[in-house]
Parts: sequence; C-alpha cells; structure tokens
Amino acid sequence: MTPRTIARALALALLCVTLQAPAIDTQAAFTDLTLQTRYEHLTNELRCLVCQNQTIADSNASLAGDLRREVREMIARGDSDEQIKTFLTARYGDFVLYDPPLTARTFLLWAAPVLLVLLTVGIVARTVLRRSREPIEDEEPEDKA
Amino acid sequence: MWRYFTPAAAFLVLGGLFAYALVRIQNGTMDPREIKSPLIGKPAPTFVLPTVTDKQVAFDSTSLRGKPYIINVWGTWCPSCREEHPALLALSRRAGVPFIGIDWKDDSALAQQYLGQLGNPYTETVADDDGRVAIDFGVYGAPETFLIGADGRVLVKHAGAMTEAVWAEKFAPLIKGGG
Repeated sequence: MTPRTIARALALALLCVTLQAPAIDTQAAFTDLTLQTRYEHLTNELRCLVCQNQTIADSNASLAGDLRREVREMIARGDSDEQIKTFLTARYGDFVLYDPPLTARTFLLWAAPVLLVLLTVGIVARTVLRRSREPIEDEEPEDKA
Repeated sequence: MWRYFTPAAAFLVLGGLFAYALVRIQNGTMDPREIKSPLIGKPAPTFVLPTVTDKQVAFDSTSLRGKPYIINVWGTWCPSCREEHPALLALSRRAGVPFIGIDWKDDSALAQQYLGQLGNPYTETVADDDGRVAIDFGVYGAPETFLIGADGRVLVKHAGAMTEAVWAEKFAPLIKGGG
C-alpha cells in the first residue's frame, strides 16, 4: 500500500464517521423558511440550563429538547420572539438568554470590557511615560570586554 | 517596595477569594451552578396532572390553596433523588405540610415500584411525563424542592438534594410551627 492509498482509506473512514453523526434536533423542520430561520436563531441564543455552556440548539440534554419543543410550538402558534423570550425568562431568569439585557444587575457585565480597556490603556500610558523620562543608554560599557 | 507589594497583595486577595468559594462549595452553602429562580415571591404555577398510581385520576394543584405545601420534583432516573429520599421521608413525617411529588419525565410504573420499595414521603405523586409543568416551575435538574405559602406564592426553592441542614436553614423558618 502506498502512502497515498492509506491516506485515501483514512479520508474515506473519516467521512463515514461524519456521515453518521446523529442530529441533536430530531424534530422535522418548519416548511416555512422564515419560521425555520426564527426557530434556529432563537434556539441558538437560548441557554441550556442543564449544561449551562451550551445553547438549547447544541445540547442533547432532555430539558433542552423540551425547551426546543416549547419554542417550536410557540412559533407555530404565532408568538413573537419577544413573547417566547418573556415566557422563558419568567421561568428561568435572564440566565437563559445568551444575550442578556442591560439592567442594573448586568451593568458590570456589559461595562467590564470597556473598563478593562481603559485600565490597560492607563497602565501602558503610565509605563511609556515613565520610561520616556529615563535616559537612553545606547551602549552598556560593562558588557564590553 | 511597591514592586513586591502589588503582586503579593493581588495574590493574597485572589487566593482568599478562591479559598472562600471552595469552602462554601464544600459545605453546600454555595452552588456555582445555581440559577436564582425568578418565581420567588410570585404566585406558584398551577397544574392539573394525572396521578402516578392511576393515570385516569387527575390532581388539581388549586385544591391545595390556603395552606402551605411542598413541591418536590424527582424521577426514578435521578441519583440525587435516591440520595435525598431518606431525608424527605423523615421531613415529610414531621413537617406538618403536604409533600406533593412531581415525577418528572419518568415511567409511572417504575415510580410506583420505587416508592413501594423505599417508602413514600408524598401526600400525592403526579406524573409530568412531557415535562411541561417542570418548565413552568423553572426546573433545570432533579431534585428540586419548592415551598409554596398559604397565599399561593413561592417562598423558597432548593435545587439539589434536600438535607436536614438545608431544611433547617431555608425551609423550616418559613413554616409556622413546622420543621
């Protein structure tokens, strides 16, 4: 067997593995494409409360399946995205949203990146200013033999 | 001098924070996975569900109005439920309030067998086969225990196994003459 044949066989084997990857969401898609897009968008920004670092679209936890069913049914019933999010936050709190609203409680969460940038700029500026005041030494006599 | 003090101080502050969190997680008073329930202080969700013993018989939670009661969400598939079972049995005997078990996404035949073998702490056990009532209660893992007040509001919720310590700290003070 040439290395090329081995590579081909390996590639084929890997392809079989990917083809077998089971779908997490086993429910049939909406026939209406706009509804399906809304469904995919929503399930991708709602947190699975069991695994906590996965969306309900990604998670195969049983609760994530139940929540996908709720979202699907509410969309089919004609509820707006806002109504669906309100339904879930009334039960699970803002934690269920991957995009949390700006409130007094989440203020620090939203402000943290800006504050960290300001802090970094401050530290860099201070260091640069201090160093610029120090004399520049082109040569270090001690190193010379 | 400052060159050594700043990192040392930062290390001590962080180290202290980590030690504090580790100790609190260890003794169960802190749960980093806990999700604060928005239902606390709000009217408890009402439900009509079939009982585990007879699927033809429906139980209506509004029949409990006017007195405090406990809702315990469990399942035979849930190891922590088995772990909390002895505590539930002991507490249900002396708490003086009804314990309503919600058998969450489970097989009712298995649930009956489980309660027959290990003892039954529940005044009534209902089957939430499709998990809709659990979602109304904001349940994200079994077991979860709620105390509903006489006015129908959710007073407190505990996620995770019920213990004597949790009961004494969070539940007993809220039940008049109970616990």
